[in-house]
Amino acid sequence: MREKLQNILTEALDAINSGTDLEQIRIKYLGKKGELTAVLRGMGQLTPEERPVIGQLANDVRAKIEEALEGAASAFKAKQLEAQLKAEKLDVTMPSTRAKLGHHHPLTLVQRRLEDIFIGMGFSIVEGPEVEYDYYNFQALNIPENHPARDTQDTFYITDNILLRSQTSPVQVRTMEKQKPPIRVVSPGRVYRSDALDASHSPLFHQFEGLVVDKGITMGDLKGTLESFAKTMFGENTRTRFRPHHFPFTEPSAEVDVSCFMCGGKGCRLCKGEGWIEILGAGMVHPFVLSNCGIDPEEYSGFAFGMGIERIAMISYGVDDIRLFYENDARFIEQF
Amino acid sequence: MNLSMKWLADYVDVSDINVKDYCDRMTDTGSKVEGYEILGEDIVNVVVAKIEKITPHENSDHLQVCQMNVGKEELTQIVTGAQNVFEGAIVPAALPVAKLPGDVTIKAGKLRGVESNGMLCSIGELGLTEHDMPGANNDGILILGDEYADKLGMDIREALMLEDKVVEFEITSNRPDCLSVVGLARETAVSFDRGWTLKAPVVKGAGDGDKIENHLNVRIDAPDLCYRYMARVVKNVKIEPSPLWLRMRLRAAGVRPINNIVDITNYVMLEYGQPMHAFDYAQLDGSNIIVRRAADGEKFKSLDDIDHTLDNTMLVIADEKKACALAGVMGGANSEITDKTATVVFESACFSGPSVRVTAKKNGMRTESSARFEKGLDPENCYAGLERACELVELLGAGDVVDGIIDVYPTKTAPATLTLDADVINHFLGIHVSEDYMKEILKKLEFTIDGNKITAPTFRADIGCMNDVAEEIARIYGYNKIEASAIRAETTQGGRTPKQQFEVDLSDLLCDIGLDEIQTYSFISPKYYDKIRLPADSSLRKSIVISNPLGEDTSVMRTTALPSMMEVVARNNNMGNENVWLYEVASTYIPNGEGELPTEGKSLVLAAYGDVDFYKMKGVVDEIAEVSGVKLSYTSYSEDSAYHPGRCAKILVGDKELGIIGQIHPLTADNYGMDIPVYAAVIDFDILFAVANRTKHYKALPKYPASTRDFSFVCDEALEVGSIFDAVTKAGGKLVEDVKLFDIYRGAQVGENKKSVSIRVTLRAADRTLTVEETEKASKKILGDLEHKLGITLR
Repeated sequence: MREKLQNILTEALDAINSGTDLEQIRIKYLGKKGELTAVLRGMGQLTPEERPVIGQLANDVRAKIEEALEGAASAFKAKQLEAQLKAEKLDVTMPSTRAKLGHHHPLTLVQRRLEDIFIGMGFSIVEGPEVEYDYYNFQALNIPENHPARDTQDTFYITDNILLRSQTSPVQVRTMEKQKPPIRVVSPGRVYRSDALDASHSPLFHQFEGLVVDKGITMGDLKGTLESFAKTMFGENTRTRFRPHHFPFTEPSAEVDVSCFMCGGKGCRLCKGEGWIEILGAGMVHPFVLSNCGIDPEEYSGFAFGMGIERIAMISYGVDDIRLFYENDARFIEQF
Repeated sequence: MNLSMKWLADYVDVSDINVKDYCDRMTDTGSKVEGYEILGEDIVNVVVAKIEKITPHENSDHLQVCQMNVGKEELTQIVTGAQNVFEGAIVPAALPVAKLPGDVTIKAGKLRGVESNGMLCSIGELGLTEHDMPGANNDGILILGDEYADKLGMDIREALMLEDKVVEFEITSNRPDCLSVVGLARETAVSFDRGWTLKAPVVKGAGDGDKIENHLNVRIDAPDLCYRYMARVVKNVKIEPSPLWLRMRLRAAGVRPINNIVDITNYVMLEYGQPMHAFDYAQLDGSNIIVRRAADGEKFKSLDDIDHTLDNTMLVIADEKKACALAGVMGGANSEITDKTATVVFESACFSGPSVRVTAKKNGMRTESSARFEKGLDPENCYAGLERACELVELLGAGDVVDGIIDVYPTKTAPATLTLDADVINHFLGIHVSEDYMKEILKKLEFTIDGNKITAPTFRADIGCMNDVAEEIARIYGYNKIEASAIRAETTQGGRTPKQQFEVDLSDLLCDIGLDEIQTYSFISPKYYDKIRLPADSSLRKSIVISNPLGEDTSVMRTTALPSMMEVVARNNNMGNENVWLYEVASTYIPNGEGELPTEGKSLVLAAYGDVDFYKMKGVVDEIAEVSGVKLSYTSYSEDSAYHPGRCAKILVGDKELGIIGQIHPLTADNYGMDIPVYAAVIDFDILFAVANRTKHYKALPKYPASTRDFSFVCDEALEVGSIFDAVTKAGGKLVEDVKLFDIYRGAQVGENKKSVSIRVTLRAADRTLTVEETEKASKKILGDLEHKLGITLR
């Protein structure tokens, strides 16, 4: 019997290794009518001493066959999976199916960036009407009727004393009327000037103005604030240059250039060889404006600044035609 | 203002400074330089030459061969086609290799076989005009006078005084004093810390016993518009061209030379900043000049021969019968200086700035004179200007200056006197300079200083307060030397308001889910309302109207942002862009009462064509609702003529109308040249913000399992799924967690005008597992209600 068992084991293992149908092998050797079962049935003829020995042996043989069967089965599965995966190979160079991503308008991107920089410096965002009284747009800002400064801002009028604001400065006046210092605000928004549309002019554009009023505000603070802004906006190495200028609502007034961020100031196409790009108007709030708004210029001082969002967008993104912003061609918007 | 550096040199010496450095420093101290031009730079190797001999050209009838004396021993042969040359004529000759304006190069060569070593030049070829060179004709060679006989071989630039540097300044409106050579000389001297000289003009006078009173009287009837009026009379006038040096200075400044008297008025205006006028005395009726308001409807022909109708806001200079000049703007044709003028009245006056500005604007003629007056001039400058004009008359030998000056000066205004407080200014600017340094600067700027009392010069009407003085000090000290500092003040809480942040978040959401943002003009054409088929009686047609629009297309402020969006949609379609989804946070302007500002609102406008249907657009609106924390409902709406009557809904929050969504009506789309479906939604941003609930609150995750039940019904096509959902939710009460539509089927099996609707209802209790009985009971109630209320039964 020992021999028989040994033969069964050898045969069975050979069969498994040769890779024939594993289920058939299991039935042939381990099934109810299988060869091992047949051998065990003959156990009755053995002596009581032999029975446990042979029984143990038979169990060993069964265990070994089962183990070999399991091993062969999992090897087979692995092979099968491998073949399947091979068959599932994809062409990874085929185009993706993307979720459609929308794009912010470039003017929004610039405005947000400006807002975020000044929010970081403790500024709030204030808004005001675009259809505005002459008083807020001009008179309160030290630009009386028939002042030559009105010529530089060709204005759209609704009635004699209502107009489309030509600057966002009226929001500063409204803010100062409502709020006691300390004031630290920026006012972004649409402004209107009667300029015919061409590559560099639009009758509607966006300004971004800022106002700080408090005790002891100095012109040095104005410089510090704008220098810090310029570095954040255009890069750490950006330098600023202040040139005297005239605005009726600030005194002293300045135009502010930043060193060209394309060439670093050496002179290039963007800065027209100057090394500098003019981006800001600024100055110390005129005492006339402060007192007009009920703020005592003896006690408080302040500064204001302003820039054009379109201009910043044009120089930042290299857009050479302002009309593109308002044509809203999806192929343009989707570049930002 | 174009400044001739030669002219400047009469007052201040900057010959040691290169022009670029000059421009930079002037800009730094507040006189902004736009650029500079080097005159004469484009003329090289052109000399004064004399035609010694002319012989006919062997191969041409119209060419002549000239033997030229160019200041050398041997003659130079030049062939010319000009017919006005003659032997002995002195002319400009370009010698090879010569350069002429307009990038012209002259080389030696042969003309029809005859050697020509250069070219004889016309005024045009030298970049000059008949005004610059009176008597010269552009058709022929420039014939120079005999005074050039001893200058043969001299560079033509030197001979004709063509060399100069011209610096172009952009002078701000508060500094009319700098619209003059004298004003800029003063700024130059202060900027470069050097001396300068301003000599008072000296007029000898005719000294013949004649007095101005014998000729002229002046009366000011409108002293509110005329602060000062001065005049002198010049007799025995000889009208002729001005000398070369004067013409060339005017040319450098960009002013056309006319004749000696007119040129003198322009010269003085450029030099002293004082606009002048000259009348032909013989053309005045009577001997009185009256400065008065025009009569309403009074006719006036300006010296450029344009007829004007005046009104009584305008100031005129009149004789006893007629207006002879529009004060400060332009003279009249009736008293213009002509070749026959024998006696001249020089006017040097100061008029009200706003008045001149309005007059010039109303008559559509902004002149060099009006541009100066409107900025506010110094009455004290009238005298110097008048005297300088008369000095020039004598210098040029243009006439005899009658003794005596008329000076009507009704009101003198005193310049501002301020107290100088160095500490205040130092602190205000953030600098540390001494009081002496400040006084030094102010002194150079011609302030009068008495202790700490400072008085601005009369030509500085812009100085009125401490800030103005601070600017004077800062600009000379140097803006760029002011040290940058951090604001030392109370800290402020920056940031966006909740509404501003809401707008940012919604905008981000829309980009995230695939919409591109657009920005459109707030003004539109009133015709745009027709394009969106807005009913004729719609209140939205009442817009804020711009009284001076650029064109009809931008003439009214929009009351709805849909038309702007549709324009952009159509443009994108025309460009061939496919599957376009757009949004705009758009402003609208709803008029209020007369004299009141409109209500400015914001709308969220969405539109798409391509891969879109009603439900995709509705999905976008539902995402907006989720970010806003509101629950929306939609009711079918067929009354908005912009939209497809069967594919349009009102968007509601509770019973508040939030907006509208739908397919654009095919007729509307057709108005935009679109024949494909376009979907749009317009949401009132202000209402949305008012109802939005953006506070987040955690709700416990379910602990107990849910049961789902699927139901399928056949119902009338007209029955809205929304009402089935509503009925289910109502019937199931608290247990209904969710209702989903999972199939809708139309076809022969369900019958005509019928649809099969399959829904999945999720039931759940927060505190227990629902028993089979509870689920059954809820299902029965739902089915009962559906049958009872909507008349639909299970399939």
